[in-house]
Amino acid sequence: MIPVEWSLALSAVLFTIGVVGVLVRRNALVIFMSIELMLNAANLAFVAFARQQNSLDGQIFVFFVMTVAAAEVAVGLAIIVNVFRLRETVFVDEINLLKG
Amino acid sequence: MNLPMLWIIPALPLAAVALNLLFGDRLGKKGTSFLACGAVGLAFAAAIRAVLTLAARSPEERQMVETAWTWFRVGDFSADVSFLLDPLSAIMVLVVTGVGFLIHIYSIGYMAEDPSFRRFFLYLNLFMFAMLTLVLADNYLLMFVGWEGVGLCSYLLIGFWHEKQSATDAGKKAFIVNRIGDFGFLLGVMFLIAWTGSVNYERVFAAAPHLFVAGGSIITLATILLFVGATGKSAQIPLFVWLPDAMEGPTPVSALIHAATMVTAGVYMVVRSHVLFEMAPATLEVVAVIGAATALMAATIGLVQNDIKRVLAYSTVSQLGYMFFACGVGAFGAGIFHVMTHAFFKALLFLGAGSVIYGMHHEQDMRKMGGLAGKMPITHLTMLLATIAIAGIPPFAGFWSKDEILAKAFATGHYGIFAAGLLGALMTAFYMFRLYVLTFRGKPRFEEHAAHGHADAHGHDAHAAHGAHDDHGHDHGHGGPVKESPWSMTVPLSILAVLSVAGGWVGIGKPFIHGESWMATWLEPVLGHGPHMKHLSAPAEFALMGLSVAVAAFGIFMAFRAYLQQPSIATAVRERFAGVHNALYNKYWVDEFYGAIAVTPIHQGAMRLWRFWDEKVVDGTVNGVGYVLEGVSALLRLFQTGYVGTYALFIAFGVLALFLHFLRS
Amino acid sequence: MVPYLFLGFAGLLIATALMVVLHKNPVTSALFLVLSFTSLAGIYLLLQAEFIGMVQIIVYAGAIMVLFLFVIMYLNLQHDVEKGAQIAVRRGIGWMVGALMLLFAGLIVRNGGFSPGPVQAVPPSLEGGNAQAIGRVLYSRFLFPFEITSILLLVAMVGAIVMIKGRPAADGAEGEKE
Repeated sequence: MIPVEWSLALSAVLFTIGVVGVLVRRNALVIFMSIELMLNAANLAFVAFARQQNSLDGQIFVFFVMTVAAAEVAVGLAIIVNVFRLRETVFVDEINLLKG
Repeated sequence: MNLPMLWIIPALPLAAVALNLLFGDRLGKKGTSFLACGAVGLAFAAAIRAVLTLAARSPEERQMVETAWTWFRVGDFSADVSFLLDPLSAIMVLVVTGVGFLIHIYSIGYMAEDPSFRRFFLYLNLFMFAMLTLVLADNYLLMFVGWEGVGLCSYLLIGFWHEKQSATDAGKKAFIVNRIGDFGFLLGVMFLIAWTGSVNYERVFAAAPHLFVAGGSIITLATILLFVGATGKSAQIPLFVWLPDAMEGPTPVSALIHAATMVTAGVYMVVRSHVLFEMAPATLEVVAVIGAATALMAATIGLVQNDIKRVLAYSTVSQLGYMFFACGVGAFGAGIFHVMTHAFFKALLFLGAGSVIYGMHHEQDMRKMGGLAGKMPITHLTMLLATIAIAGIPPFAGFWSKDEILAKAFATGHYGIFAAGLLGALMTAFYMFRLYVLTFRGKPRFEEHAAHGHADAHGHDAHAAHGAHDDHGHDHGHGGPVKESPWSMTVPLSILAVLSVAGGWVGIGKPFIHGESWMATWLEPVLGHGPHMKHLSAPAEFALMGLSVAVAAFGIFMAFRAYLQQPSIATAVRERFAGVHNALYNKYWVDEFYGAIAVTPIHQGAMRLWRFWDEKVVDGTVNGVGYVLEGVSALLRLFQTGYVGTYALFIAFGVLALFLHFLRS
Repeated sequence: MVPYLFLGFAGLLIATALMVVLHKNPVTSALFLVLSFTSLAGIYLLLQAEFIGMVQIIVYAGAIMVLFLFVIMYLNLQHDVEKGAQIAVRRGIGWMVGALMLLFAGLIVRNGGFSPGPVQAVPPSLEGGNAQAIGRVLYSRFLFPFEITSILLLVAMVGAIVMIKGRPAADGAEGEKE
């Protein structure tokens, strides 16, 4: 059986890659993909713990996280498309509508 | 038991106020006056019905209490909105509604051309409501509500012509001076609550003999505090200064509030609390001395004033002094009797003066009148009757009450006060007939006053304080013929004249009839016999009456002599005693004195507080908070770049912090 | 055998994830993302989560990534231009934060202590397979959250459609102004 630490280390690496992606990229779509990476890192940790604890609950949680991710992607991509229509860009450092 | 619905008496004027507020702009002048006078007239009718019900009972049962609702209840203490009708409040309620009704009718004529006609009746009705609450209340707290209510209406009506600076100033003065008195009254009531646990008259009076030592310091302090309230409302020394200035208000207001009803509230309160006052002889002495001093002092000032309303104002202060020293010598019944007769003749005098002012196109200076007897016959006749009444000539109303007061003072051995009262009576007769002569007799001085103005006897102090001109923006000019006032003014005058003549007859007692007077019998269930009231023998009574009549007659004679037959006498006396005249004319500089010791220091202290505390500390704190927030938010705003990347970075920092937390634990 | 498979999938996953983040062309990034999701599904299989592995491929690698690619192509994007001092600073900070995070996470993992807690374990019953077991739990203990997710998806769908509709909504806004 694979030790849980392996999975967790992999999850940590994946998460960090996601974080780096969010921080260094300026394309909103790539940032979105990086967020998906982070979600998957969390999923991996869930599955690993489910395996370690011999329980199904972790897998159920992954199922829910996937649902939320699907919803989030649908809405998020709609927002990006709208922003692109308005601003002709998907580069987040050219969009500062949030500034009051 | 068929209760006569006491609550309806104050409720009627209040309903008129509400209707006037809601629909007054659609009613027009006729509708407004009909509404206002109708409400007061109905209240008068309701009062008569209630008093008749009361009179039908046997003397011991003459007391009706009607609780409308419980106002509030705190622990054991409760205050009700409940009304009490007993012989004492019966007299007051009849006088208030009756005289009030007449004055309302009079106001229709007097205020006819005023643009604020509706507002006037609004205030007047509100005053009636407050005054009736005051006299009908069955506890001190509700009485205080009415007490403050009449104070408010007094303020509003004195400053009725608010575009005039002197009127608003007078209103403020009245209000502030009254506050001092009200504070004393409130403290007194709190005293009673603290010691008896109740504000209800009956319970307080029942508990008082068990709780207080007669003549002890507690009861003395409590009654002194109550009396302070009375000095404020009833314009006694040292708080009398507001009443003469209150003449800035319209004349019907002066008649109703500042002569007939509100200013007697203090007397009513003292008489109502007679059980307490009788337990505190020291307070009674104070009341008697202050009353007598006020009576004398106001009378001396009244001798030299030239403004017709001011003379009457000082006369009112003086007569109120009589009422108080009657209470002070223990003759509470005599005090209330004088309240009643005074309401009749002083209301008449004020309304007559108003009629003269109206006829003279808003001229109030008596030196510019004269010879009006032929031109205003009804006003002249009624005024003459009232003047005789106040001077104290039998069988007019004023004689009976004033004589009873003097006799009681003499009988109880207060000889100094008796002498002061007698001297006051002399001066009253003199200044009232001076007013009468200057106004109605002699040659008219108003048509040639432009030519002879400064050659006139009083000409050179004309610039001094006589600011009370009933001029409210309608400049009728001083031309036009002087003519009699309309019926709405003369009819109330005539009715009041009848009362001024006959109103005192209810007080005729020994030695003319066998037994007590009708008035004394009526009040007996409330006031009792009076503990130490001994009766004089019939010859002594007659001697005292003769003395006071002689004094009054002498005063009248002097007035005619000095102002009608030989005006040189008045001039000579004035020049001989120029210093005294100056002191009197300037009202002993009491206003200036108060200004120096109280008004100016407070004003300056307030200015300093404003400059330092308000501007530096309070504003500084508020602005400081603003500056700090501004600075902090300017810093915080740096974090809000609007770029998603920055926010993501902050989130990453947060995640790092969480990781650190897990590492440490 | 299994550990080697795991290491292989893990290496593939890390490599493709790095490519997602680093590649200039978003289309390429998306395709690498598909590959990384697929290798993650392999890891799920190794961890005896067969159902999740399948769903991972169907939902993530299938549906979500198709959506991404569709949007990228709809927007017709060029290669990202990543130049300039400001962007350099951002990259520096980003990598530094990433390194720090990896260090902390590694330390946490190394500290260990991931022993089974007091959780009442429901053993994945192998008869009928993992999917049947998940279905049984999902429709009993987690029925209510499961139903809620359907509402969530409905809301997301409606929201996305409303936002994308765009221009006709602007006419509606003008109508509201009147």
